[in-house]
Amino acid sequence: MFDSSSIIVGLEMGTSKICVVAGEVNAANVLNIIGLGQSRSRGVRKGEIADASLASEDVRNAIVEAEQMANVEIRSVYLGVTGNHLRGFNNHGVHPVVSADREITAEDVQDVIKNAKAINLPVDNTVVHAIRQLFQVDGQHGIQNPVGMYGARVEVDVHVVHGHVNRLKNSIAVVRGLQLEVDEIVFTGLASALALLSNEQKELGSLVIDLGAGATGYVVYSEGIIKHTGVLAVGGDHISNDLAYGLKVPLGRAEQLKIERGGASVDDSVKGQTISSNGELGLPAKIINLEHLRRIMSLRLEETFELIEAELSGLGLTDRLRAGVLICGGGARIPGIHGLAQNIFQMPAFLGKANSISGLKSALDQPEFATAIGLVKFGSLQQKRKPSAGLAGGLKKTLAELFRK
Amino acid sequence: MSSPVEPPAEPAIQKKIIFKVFGLGGAGCNAAGFASMAGFPGVEFLAVNTDSQSLDACAVPGKFVLGASRTRGLGAGGDPELGRAAAEEDVEKIRSFCAGADIIFLLAGLGGGTGTGAAPVFARVARESGALVLALVTLPFDFEGDRRQLQAQTGLQHLKVQADAVICLPNRKLFKLLDENTSVLEGFKISNSLLAEGLRGIWRMLTQTGLINVDFADLCAVTRGRHAASFFATAEASGEKRVEQVIEKLLAHPLLDGGQVLNESDSLLVSIVGGPDLMMSEIHKLMEPLHRHCENAHIIFGAAIDQAFAGRLSVTLIASRRRQEEDPPSLLAAPPDKIESMQFLDTEDKERPASRFVAPPTALSDEKRAHIMRVQGGRSRKKLSRLQKELPLEIVFKGRFEKSEPTIRHGEDLDVPTYIRRGVPLN
Repeated sequence: MFDSSSIIVGLEMGTSKICVVAGEVNAANVLNIIGLGQSRSRGVRKGEIADASLASEDVRNAIVEAEQMANVEIRSVYLGVTGNHLRGFNNHGVHPVVSADREITAEDVQDVIKNAKAINLPVDNTVVHAIRQLFQVDGQHGIQNPVGMYGARVEVDVHVVHGHVNRLKNSIAVVRGLQLEVDEIVFTGLASALALLSNEQKELGSLVIDLGAGATGYVVYSEGIIKHTGVLAVGGDHISNDLAYGLKVPLGRAEQLKIERGGASVDDSVKGQTISSNGELGLPAKIINLEHLRRIMSLRLEETFELIEAELSGLGLTDRLRAGVLICGGGARIPGIHGLAQNIFQMPAFLGKANSISGLKSALDQPEFATAIGLVKFGSLQQKRKPSAGLAGGLKKTLAELFRK
Repeated sequence: MSSPVEPPAEPAIQKKIIFKVFGLGGAGCNAAGFASMAGFPGVEFLAVNTDSQSLDACAVPGKFVLGASRTRGLGAGGDPELGRAAAEEDVEKIRSFCAGADIIFLLAGLGGGTGTGAAPVFARVARESGALVLALVTLPFDFEGDRRQLQAQTGLQHLKVQADAVICLPNRKLFKLLDENTSVLEGFKISNSLLAEGLRGIWRMLTQTGLINVDFADLCAVTRGRHAASFFATAEASGEKRVEQVIEKLLAHPLLDGGQVLNESDSLLVSIVGGPDLMMSEIHKLMEPLHRHCENAHIIFGAAIDQAFAGRLSVTLIASRRRQEEDPPSLLAAPPDKIESMQFLDTEDKERPASRFVAPPTALSDEKRAHIMRVQGGRSRKKLSRLQKELPLEIVFKGRFEKSEPTIRHGEDLDVPTYIRRGVPLN
């Protein structure tokens, strides 16, 4: 029988769509995307569950579609989470090396990471990710792996992403309700970054912006490690909402206008232009000023980027992004978004494509699927690590060590 | 029996309208001097002040020292009561000045003695002698102090009762026009020149027969209303993009609070003067944004062609809004003794009944008064309820995010459309 454990599934419950991507790690240890399922999302607002029963129905549809396409049975998923409650920050951990010869062992490394993870979180919050950054040994910076080095003191920085425990549980409960296991929850911005960035780009420093419908996630990689993550609960829905209000059209029509006539800049070609909206059945036709449409959109996008830019420059990260900005998510399709990002961040901006993975070309080329593909990639990385770094493996090793003494 | 030749003779009888401009008080004299130098053909200027010294310095040819016996030509000392008393003393003289005029402009700076006190008297006498009275007044700068502000406000109310139309220029709004290095002298000069500019705009509007004519009745229709606050602004531009420039200037005009006044105004008078090259499309382009800015306003529109304006375009706007905070019937309909107690002016000269500033309440029968009360009371109620309806729409509109947790960043609710929070106008 097909070894189902090699099937890795990413599930993203987005605000506009629910997306399932199934991948397998083939014999050559290369990740291959084999299935894709999606359905329109109705039960999610700003990236968080607002109606569990609707969300559950939509997830089921997407899962079924992906199962049929990949011809596999999906048992567990890597679940993408986002929302305004997620926060990322850097924490520092210190550990003295106690062994007589001052050689740093893997245990020392684990201890120092454990120290770094011991943080004061608000009562209801839980850690989603604790991502190791660089080590310091006796004040020497920039060490990737200190095992085997000599020193009296190991220090490490970790980037911690934490969120509200009950809200995270809401998403998990929807998946569990469908008799599926959740392998792990992953911050969607992180997943997108994994899908888009090559090692070189991580090394040079990049900013990944995932412009979703309900929330915008952003991740900064520099020197090969994650420096910063964040979520802004503003997305494409806000643009549609602004348009509906500003142009006085129904929300559905605003959405359609955004997709058909939208743009991130107000250029001369739209100045004074109007389009006549042939109203739906029973609704009168309406003249819409294209310039207004663009202005409303561009102001919203500009503000979103400016907020991110202000946050990053406050942390001194903007001059470390030598590979530029990558934009994914549905918002990446807005014409002119790259120019706008280029202007605000003062660095090149690109459409993010999941290029380091093989498989369905139709899925890989779409910026909307970057997150779900990233979730699969995250899963594949976790599974590679499992035999050595899993809890059981670690315990076994510790016991073996004890017996050896 | 009338011959067929007679009817054409009738237009010939139509005499030229006679304008007179009275500058009252220091500021009024200066403004009148400013305007007289700019040249208004066929307009008679008269400077009136209680202070003979400053009157001597005035550039206006016609001068008159008000209340010479009372003040001995030494000024009213910032006391409106003295200014009013001085004017009352020379009421016959004033009547003779007013004789024969069709339209009388009063220029005054409110807040001081002569302008504040004498302007309502002049307005009353001018009206009695059969002229239409239009007052152009300035309100004091903030630094002139609360007392002068209060005097100015009271004077303004009295003036509104007496004059057919009052247009005011709050000097404090001038601050936006002035830069750091403007001297006091220059500041007042700008204020005077704006007053003169307004005078010129209105004069032009009334004298020049336009394609689409605006007459005094239209002006009154806009400015009338005892508690209306009227604002004026003029803008001029030439060249290719003159329409855009004019609109930009008007919307950025400090006296219109950057277009804010337009949004709140109930009635608006637009007068366009252009050269023979004025195009229909330009008028359309000009009016469209104005219509959008004051959707609820009653807009009166006039256009005139002047050979001298070839390639240029000048627009005069008079916007007026009814204020809610004042109780409309209070001045007109309150019993006289009650009014007297409110007046700061009527403390002394009880034997001088003509000196009362208030419109004579005797003109109204009880029935009529009750009617006015009812009509105006009704109007103010309607206003209030409309205001309340608008508020929640502007402030808390969040559309589909109404029920979700707000996204707050740096104290800003990001669910509210960006263009609204940044106040970007869509035009």
